[in-house]
Amino acid sequence: MKGSQILLESLKREGVEVIFGYPGGQVLPIFDSLYDSDIKFILTRHEQGAAHAADGYARATGKAGVCLATSGPGATNLVTGIANAYMDSIPMVAITGQVKSFLIGNDAFQEADVTGITRPITKHNYLVKDIKDLVRIIREAFYIASTGRPGPVLIDIPSDIQVMDAEFNWPQDIKMRTYNPTLFGHPGQIKKAAKLIAAAKKPIIYAGGGVITSGAHKELKILAEKINAPLTWTLMGIGAFASTHELALGMLGMHGTAYANHAIMESDLIIAVGARFDDRVTGRLDAFAPYAKIIHIDVDPSSISKNVNVHIPIVGDAKNILIELLKEIKNTPDTGDWLKTVEGWKKKYPLSYKDDGKLKPQFVIEQLYEATEGEAIITTEVGQNQMWAAQWYKYTAPRTFISSGGLGTMGFGLPAAIGVKVGCPERVVFDIAGDGSIQMNIQELMTCTANKINVKVAILNNGYLGMVRQWQELFYKRRYSQVGITSPDFVKLAESYGAVGICVTKKEEVRPALEKAINTDNTVLIDFRVEPEENVFPMVPAGQAINQFIGGLA
Amino acid sequence: MKHTISLLVENKFGVLARIAGLFSARGYNIASLAVSETLDPDISYMTIVVEAKDVKILEQIKKQLNKLIDVITVTDFTKKEHVDRELVLAKVKYSAKNKSKLENVFKKYVGKIVQHKTDVAIIEAVGDNGQIKSLLDELNKFGIQELIRTGKLAISN
Repeated sequence: MKGSQILLESLKREGVEVIFGYPGGQVLPIFDSLYDSDIKFILTRHEQGAAHAADGYARATGKAGVCLATSGPGATNLVTGIANAYMDSIPMVAITGQVKSFLIGNDAFQEADVTGITRPITKHNYLVKDIKDLVRIIREAFYIASTGRPGPVLIDIPSDIQVMDAEFNWPQDIKMRTYNPTLFGHPGQIKKAAKLIAAAKKPIIYAGGGVITSGAHKELKILAEKINAPLTWTLMGIGAFASTHELALGMLGMHGTAYANHAIMESDLIIAVGARFDDRVTGRLDAFAPYAKIIHIDVDPSSISKNVNVHIPIVGDAKNILIELLKEIKNTPDTGDWLKTVEGWKKKYPLSYKDDGKLKPQFVIEQLYEATEGEAIITTEVGQNQMWAAQWYKYTAPRTFISSGGLGTMGFGLPAAIGVKVGCPERVVFDIAGDGSIQMNIQELMTCTANKINVKVAILNNGYLGMVRQWQELFYKRRYSQVGITSPDFVKLAESYGAVGICVTKKEEVRPALEKAINTDNTVLIDFRVEPEENVFPMVPAGQAINQFIGGLA
Repeated sequence: MKHTISLLVENKFGVLARIAGLFSARGYNIASLAVSETLDPDISYMTIVVEAKDVKILEQIKKQLNKLIDVITVTDFTKKEHVDRELVLAKVKYSAKNKSKLENVFKKYVGKIVQHKTDVAIIEAVGDNGQIKSLLDELNKFGIQELIRTGKLAISN
């Protein structure tokens, strides 16, 4: 078998159904083999789109996403998408062509040191130097990408390797002496955690993306209900716990709910599950949760005691650990008074916005929630649109909120929505976008219409790079520097791509436009002309303790 | 504070770059680094001396190293009994007059004059941190023109 055929056969055996990518000179043999393959290929209009689509596919399905690009610029265009997946621990296998082995290091046409460039943004990467290693490398790549703390793995394949012949020997087992993620928590630590939980008076559960990765949402719910503890989540943890549940506090941190932030600050025990105490969550570190002991469940030992000191670390898979922890918890704490206090904060500081008859972005998202009956999968861009999408749509299931958390990549939402829709074709998929972000990967509208991937885009168009404008308003005396941004006529633009465009300027037009979008068998882009200077509140300024809110509506 | 760490790693291309990259990406400083093949040619041994302001940073460094796929084991010698040595080569000012004085110095240290010209001698010496430091103090009296060191090698006992 030729190298390119070995690659595709291996992908098939790994269960790969779809590849997102773009052809080029150093992947011609792979594309020639693709011609005969039954693996679906989605041709994006930019390699960055392919990487984000693979990422979105992985987030929605839980399976490793695969993207493919040629050497040099093709590969460097994947870089942002790979870094994005790395920061959010998303399983992805990126395959790049490379110049012929004997030309490597020669500054050949379209050559770039891609393994060098991606070393700090991949969980691991490979340059295939011998055709005999190819199958093993692919097998290892999927194994590494999907296990432990998942992440992207890149395989760089020189084009001469792609045409070399070798036996196809599929290894059944993967044995790596250097890679054995810890999956089961230490029983002694779990016992200690159970004791600490029983003794707590003000416990809070803090859930992150690890809950979703590990599929531990059911166990998480049982835990919260068993110990009667309120639960807050990170941006990545959205969907890990139903936001409609009475113990739910919503997201915490910089744009978290005031009650979630007050609750974690006043708590005496934090049970962190698959979350990493990121700076957007903790705010000022030395002021974070001063009264709390911390139990930290995480599959990555390097996340433990990285930012905050942890009293009981439990390294392993969240689901396995929660199952064991639930068995160990015999006495449950009495949290009656605590829940009353938390309830008081909920009443005192509800999420709100001023409804003054103008078209508010928050209103659009509330309407979207109602129009989709909470059943849509939402992707977002980055900035205000993302925060409003996190705050105002009520997520009740994992893998329904798909957003660039760690890297904060503008332009993520539309290509990610493509990946989501390909992975979950029966679902309604909405990209909640800003007028700035959408222009970063707008070319992927063509990918949507060309492949009948009917995603819906809701642009919260305020004429600004809204989040930066908000910071300039609040911290730079309204000196608006390069944040006003012009846009094309989005309706005409959508139409020129073969999609449907709708422009909404009034409140009463919102719902009909959304209904129309949902019921239209095409890609639909809605341009919501929202209030230009609306801010995302609550807000904790960077570097402040997370109960120090600004901006009126806390 | 300086800490000595040893690593067993896969003997593959790119592994050193991964490890060096990890240090630079996270702003950790490498004070010295020595690498070579082990008895098993598939495995290399690295001794790294790192600067870490506090234990937390040292812990992070070890955990991050452990996360690298090509790293097999990480050993921290901070609280572990071990033997460490460093090899030093230096050019020292030399004259017929101070020849015996210089030879005398090496009675106290593991080292010798490897070769000399009329005005300069190349010396070699092996020792732990303290020995090397006091040797260099003595050699300074003669005048050191050039100094190179392998960095520390450490082995557990």
